[in-house]
Amino acid sequence: MSTWSSLIAIVLLITIAIVGVQVAGLQMVFGVVIPYIAIALFLIGVVYRVIRWAMSPVPFRIPTTSGQARSLPWIKNNSLESPHNGFTTFLRMLLEVLLFRSLFRNTKTDLKEGRLLYGSNKWLWLGGIVFHYSFLVIFLRHFKYFAEPTPAFVTALQSVDGFFQIGLPILYITDMLFLAAVSFLFIRRVWSPQLRYLSLASDYFPLFLLLAIGCTGVLMRYFTKVDIVAVKELGTGLLSFHPVVPEVGVMFYIHLFLVSSLIAYFPFSKLMHMAGIFLSPTRNLANNNRTKRHVNPWDYPVHVHTYAEYEDEFRPVMKAAGLPLDKEE
Amino acid sequence: MAVKYKPDQLLQVDYKPPKKSWLDPKIDFGEKKGNWNYGAVPDAVTHLELPNARKWQPSDEDWQLPENWKEIIFEGLRQRLDRFRSLRLFMDVCVRCGACADKCHYFLGSGDPKNMPVMRAELLRSVYRRDFTLAGKLMGKMMGARELTVDVLKEWFYYFFQCTECRRCSVFCPYGIDTAEITMIGRELLALVGLNIDWILTPASNCFRTGNHLGIQPHGVVDSLEFAADELEDITGIKVDLPINRKGAEVLFIAPSADYFASPHYYTLLGYMALFHEIGLDYTWSTFASEGGNFGLFHSHEMMKRLNAKMYMEAERLKVKWILGGECGHMWRVIHQYMGTMNSPADFLEVPKSPVTGTVFEHAKSTKMVHICEFTADLIKNDKIKLDPSRNDHWKVTFHDSCNPARAMGLIEEPRYVINAVSNHFHEMPENTIKEQTFCCGSGAGLGTDENFEMRMRGGLPRANAVKFVNERHGVDHLLCICAIDKATLPPLLEFWVPGVEVAGIHEMVGNALIMKGEKERETDLRGEPLANLPIPETDEAAPDEKPVEEADHV
Repeated sequence: MSTWSSLIAIVLLITIAIVGVQVAGLQMVFGVVIPYIAIALFLIGVVYRVIRWAMSPVPFRIPTTSGQARSLPWIKNNSLESPHNGFTTFLRMLLEVLLFRSLFRNTKTDLKEGRLLYGSNKWLWLGGIVFHYSFLVIFLRHFKYFAEPTPAFVTALQSVDGFFQIGLPILYITDMLFLAAVSFLFIRRVWSPQLRYLSLASDYFPLFLLLAIGCTGVLMRYFTKVDIVAVKELGTGLLSFHPVVPEVGVMFYIHLFLVSSLIAYFPFSKLMHMAGIFLSPTRNLANNNRTKRHVNPWDYPVHVHTYAEYEDEFRPVMKAAGLPLDKEE
Repeated sequence: MAVKYKPDQLLQVDYKPPKKSWLDPKIDFGEKKGNWNYGAVPDAVTHLELPNARKWQPSDEDWQLPENWKEIIFEGLRQRLDRFRSLRLFMDVCVRCGACADKCHYFLGSGDPKNMPVMRAELLRSVYRRDFTLAGKLMGKMMGARELTVDVLKEWFYYFFQCTECRRCSVFCPYGIDTAEITMIGRELLALVGLNIDWILTPASNCFRTGNHLGIQPHGVVDSLEFAADELEDITGIKVDLPINRKGAEVLFIAPSADYFASPHYYTLLGYMALFHEIGLDYTWSTFASEGGNFGLFHSHEMMKRLNAKMYMEAERLKVKWILGGECGHMWRVIHQYMGTMNSPADFLEVPKSPVTGTVFEHAKSTKMVHICEFTADLIKNDKIKLDPSRNDHWKVTFHDSCNPARAMGLIEEPRYVINAVSNHFHEMPENTIKEQTFCCGSGAGLGTDENFEMRMRGGLPRANAVKFVNERHGVDHLLCICAIDKATLPPLLEFWVPGVEVAGIHEMVGNALIMKGEKERETDLRGEPLANLPIPETDEAAPDEKPVEEADHV
């Protein structure tokens, strides 16, 4: 159900772009207005969400320790898994953000003949890391459409990405990796009964959207072709707030509209994990609880049972048991 | 304890999720008997000044909720979203990648898809989405949003009391989402409308009044400790001092109250006593702070703080310099991650310093409380106690890392260092089941009851399975742990899954191995069982080593 509704949503988005551009002739809307709105939504939305998170305090220091803490000097501390200060916590976060450290630990458990077997399972990690990094490279490569002359880092990226020099135009490895990784992430979701059970439309929709963006991009680059000069005119125009709408094919508008949809959808969705990971209190806090006091800003006094009340209740039996008393009566 | 199933039957776990959407919440408590816990008795609720005291059971059709229960839950959730960044963030960032799914012992043992950590959180998230997010408001079911109904509330109750807050999933989550946070806050919300379980609230109420979960009154504590001292004298020939509620001692020692007389906790108590006597520690027990554990942790942050307050109050009253804490798992999560924030600064204490070795426990300089394993490891490292590990040769041991020391403290090597010093036969379980990846006993966080015995056996399967592995491979016959809940709940678990393997605390072994000045020739261990290194008849010589392996074949 949720798979189909997500798919229908994508088809609907594509139809809107085709009809809007080809039938209604709304190039200005799809090329300029919608991208601006999407980016505005993205910026405002992301900032709003992050501020919202940040406004909730971190009352307790609750790192998940995944290694030996720093305790006695002769016991080796695992500073990356159980960091004890700001710097080592920063390193832990770096591993988490750049290398998906926790996901790398992933195992697969099987119950076979009454025995639980644990195997290393890096596929999700691999799919995740390939997807995120190829997406990053593709994103950076697109800077060439926004700047004249093309920035040097983009040229460098392009030559690395097209290292194998297959075909003309040269095949970018990241294009293939991106499509493969997103497809993998989708397939595992429908393949595993558990994942199928828990997946929502909001899990399938972004995957389909990414896949559609990737496919339209690949089609334009390798098959239907697109007037790159025109695209660049549009891009630089958008960036310099002097938008122009040159003549480009409908495929480009579909691509752009899907990207706009992704950008606009981002702050309302689980894609916010991109920002959220930096704020995760089980990862971004040092395991130095007993060394340094953590203050809870909303701490309030609670009703406790005092020793005096305790002694008042039990004085006779305490006396009989020979226990020292604070108040003899 | 009545068990509906035999181990063979319980091993047939069906991992296939049902066809119907998870958004449908109906739970049949009658059919699921053996998987949930009894409701709290009104006395405990009233004594702790909590709302909606009444007689009720989860199997009742009508849970006698307050009329405005929905309002209370929403207000409670809103308040907690504003107070806990963890909650707000964990509600928003999960991508449902499923990496956590087969990390949960309850999922592995039950196959129930709502025991996947991601789903446990989704139960709360679905309500959060509908009433606290724009996308959920607009898109409804498409976004996995649903209305809060009595059935949803019942489902929360069922699954939030099927999580032991062990944090294993959070080790694997790419965003560090910690189901313990979700469960803790989920339980807080349930408590707001009077949905408490008795196994948590009665101990908490006892603890509030008498200072310990078991409700032992001061003279009872004295009796138990005196009895233990006498027994220790029988075994070692040494009469140890027994300071209780003594002002001016250097150290206040706090252990979980089960140590006073539950088995096998009690032998660990003997171990502590022998050790403190041998090193001449200037210490005291307290009848008021007679509980290290804190069932408040399993109820709410507020209850945790209320129960924890005793430790510092008593340390201040007795004018000690620092506090030493015994073998207990969740107790140490509270001390390590919450006590400093909740009830310090404890300026009246000094930075802990071992009077025997002179070691300053710098890492505990703010909270001023040291774990007994850290303390003992330091003694051994500095050669301050004489140990004869061969006195433990009648045991082949493995070590169960308790969830909280491993994943909320990072106390991993200290216990191993101590074990290696007191045992010649230490075998680790498989690496995916120990240290930060350790599996829960299946009965933590207040779930160690008789009435949910089936779920306990299911949840304990991964732990027991790993024990079985070392039992068969190395003939391991004793499972060591440093947690009072473990000591209470692992014996029935192992009896069910791996009969023949027993449970012991590390300081029981320390007590066995400890060579005390002026002691008599030891003939038995602290349990009164004969030591292996005693001369035994020729014919039986090979028997003690071989026996456990043979036993394992019957399993």
